[in-house]
Amino acid sequence: MSQPSISKSMTIGESGLAVVFAVTAFLCVIASAKALDAPFAFHAALSAAASLAAVFFIVNRYFERPAALPPQEINGRPNYNMGPIKFSAFMAMFWGIAGFLVGLIIASQLAWPALNFDLPWISFGRLRPLHTSAVIFAFGGNVLIATSFYVVQKSCRARLAGDLAPWFVVVGYNFFILIAGTGYLLGVTQSKEYAEPEWYADLWLTIVWVVYLLVFLATIFKRKEPHIFVANWFYLAFIVTIAVLHLGNNPALPVSVFGSKSYIAWGGIQDAMFQWWYGHNAVGFFLTAGFLAIMYYFIPKRAERPVYSYRLSIIHFWALIFLYIWAGPHHLHYTALPDWTQTLGMTFSIMLWMPSWGGMINGLMTLSGAWDKLRTDPVLRMLVVSVAFYGMSTFEGPMMSIKVVNSLSHYTDWTIGHVHSGALGWVGFVSFGALYCLVPWAWNRKGLYSLKLVNWHFWIATLGIVLYISAMWVSGILQGLMWRAYTSLGFLEYSFIETVEAMHPFYIIRAAGGGLFLIGALIMAYNLWMTVRVGEQEVQMPVALQPAE
Amino acid sequence: MKAILTLDNLASGLVTTIWTPVFVAIFLAIIAYAFWPRNKAAFDKAAHLPLREE
Repeated sequence: MSQPSISKSMTIGESGLAVVFAVTAFLCVIASAKALDAPFAFHAALSAAASLAAVFFIVNRYFERPAALPPQEINGRPNYNMGPIKFSAFMAMFWGIAGFLVGLIIASQLAWPALNFDLPWISFGRLRPLHTSAVIFAFGGNVLIATSFYVVQKSCRARLAGDLAPWFVVVGYNFFILIAGTGYLLGVTQSKEYAEPEWYADLWLTIVWVVYLLVFLATIFKRKEPHIFVANWFYLAFIVTIAVLHLGNNPALPVSVFGSKSYIAWGGIQDAMFQWWYGHNAVGFFLTAGFLAIMYYFIPKRAERPVYSYRLSIIHFWALIFLYIWAGPHHLHYTALPDWTQTLGMTFSIMLWMPSWGGMINGLMTLSGAWDKLRTDPVLRMLVVSVAFYGMSTFEGPMMSIKVVNSLSHYTDWTIGHVHSGALGWVGFVSFGALYCLVPWAWNRKGLYSLKLVNWHFWIATLGIVLYISAMWVSGILQGLMWRAYTSLGFLEYSFIETVEAMHPFYIIRAAGGGLFLIGALIMAYNLWMTVRVGEQEVQMPVALQPAE
Repeated sequence: MKAILTLDNLASGLVTTIWTPVFVAIFLAIIAYAFWPRNKAAFDKAAHLPLREE
C-alpha cells in the first residue's frame, strides 16, 4: 500500500514530542546529578532513561510507519484504534497480579509479623501503599483507561482522537505508576492515604491526565453518533473529578527542586478535610463512576439486552454527581473537624443510598429476559455479581457513616472488610468481566480461550472474597467491642495487645481469602494470554484487521 | 459596621445562601428532562446504543 504521491514528514506532534522528551532527558540528567537524596537521583535517572526511550520510539515509529497517518474510516466504517487499549489491558493484568500478590504478602505480615524480615523496603508501612496504589490506580486505572478508550470509540462511532496522544496517556500513566511504586519502596511518600506520591510524580500525573481528558473530549467532539451514551458521561465525570481532586489535595512546595521531600500548603484540620474530600471522592469517582461506566456498556453488550431504564441512568448519574462530593467528612467523625461538617458528611452519605441502589437496580434489571445466560456465561455472571457486591457495599458504607455506628467501626478491621467487599467484589469483578469481554474484542478473537477457566476463576475468587470479608467483619466488630469494654469498676477490660491476639485467627483466614483471589487472577491471566496466542480470528470484521497503530 | 453592599459580600452571600435552592432546581429540571414524555423515544433508542453493530 505504498502511496508515493504523499511525501513523508513528521507531524507536529511527533517532532514536538521528540524535542520535548530530548530536553526532558537532559534536564533529568542534571537533576539526577544534583539530587539531594538517593531516591530522587534514582527517579531522575529513571526519567532520563524513559525520556530517551520515548525519543527513540517516536523517531523509530516515524520511520516504520507509512507516509499517511491511519485513516479515520475504512469503507465507511470507523478505523478503531486498538493499540493503546491492548497496551493498557495488558498492563492492567500485570499490575493486578502484582497488586494482589503484595496484598497477600502484607496480609501474611499482619498474621505473622516475622515476615517483615526487619527490612525497611518490605516492611508493612511501605508495602501497604504499594498494594493500595497497585490495585486501585495501576490495575483499576489501566482497566478504566483501556475500557474508556474502547467505549468512547465504539459508542461515538469514531476513531480515537490523536495519533501519539493516546500512547502518551497509556505509557505516561504507567510510568507514573512505576515512579510512585518504586518511591514507596524507597520511603518516598507525602503520607496522604491514596495520594502518597511526591510532588514530581504528581506534576507528571497532571500532564498525563490533562492529555487523557483532551483525547477523550476530542473523540466525543468528532463523534458520528449524535447522542452521547451514558457510559461516556460517567467516564467524563471520572476524568474531570479526578483532575480536580488531584489538584486540590496536592498543592505542595518542594524543599528543593532537586529533592523528593515537599510540604503541603494546607495545615491542620483543613489538610485533613482536603485529604478526605479527596479520599472519599477517589472512591466516588475513580472506583464508582468510572466502573459504573463499564457496567452501563459491558453488561448490555454481553447480555445482548438494552439498558433497563435509560431515564434511570440519567437520574442515577446526576444524583451521584450532586451528592458524592459532600460525603468526605464521614472519614473524620469524632475528630477536630467541626461537628456540623461531620453531620453534613453523614447526611449526604445516607442520601447516597438512593443513586447507588438506583444504579444497581438498573444494572441488574438489564438482564430482564436474559437471566438464563447467568447459567451459561460465567463472564456475564461475574459482571452481575459485581453489581450485587456494589449494592451490598454501598448499603454498608452509608450505614457505617452514621456516627453511632462509626464510633464502633472506625479504626477497626470492619473498615477493611467494607473496602474489600467493594474493591474485590465490585471493582475487581466488574474489571475482570470487562477484560474477559475486551481482550477478544480488541485482539479480534472469536471468543475466550476457555469459559471453563472463567468459571473456575469466578468460584475461586468468590470463595476468596467471602472468606476475606466475613473474617474482617468478625475481626472488626470484635476489635471495636473489645476496645470499648469496661469492667464493673470502670477500667478498660482489655489491653491493646489482647485485642491484637484475638484477631490473629481472622488474619489467617483473610490471608487465605486473598490467596484464593490471587489464584483466580493467575487463572485469568493464563486464559487471556492463551486467548491472544491461540484464539481463533474473528473473520466478519475486516475493519479490525487494519493495523492497530 | 462596614458597608454591607460590597461586591465581595454580595458574591459570598449569594454563594452561601442561594446554592441550595439553585442546585435543587437544577436537579429537578434534570428529573423533568429525564421523564419528559417527548424524550422517551430518544432515550429508548439510546438504551440500545451498545447493541447496534458498528
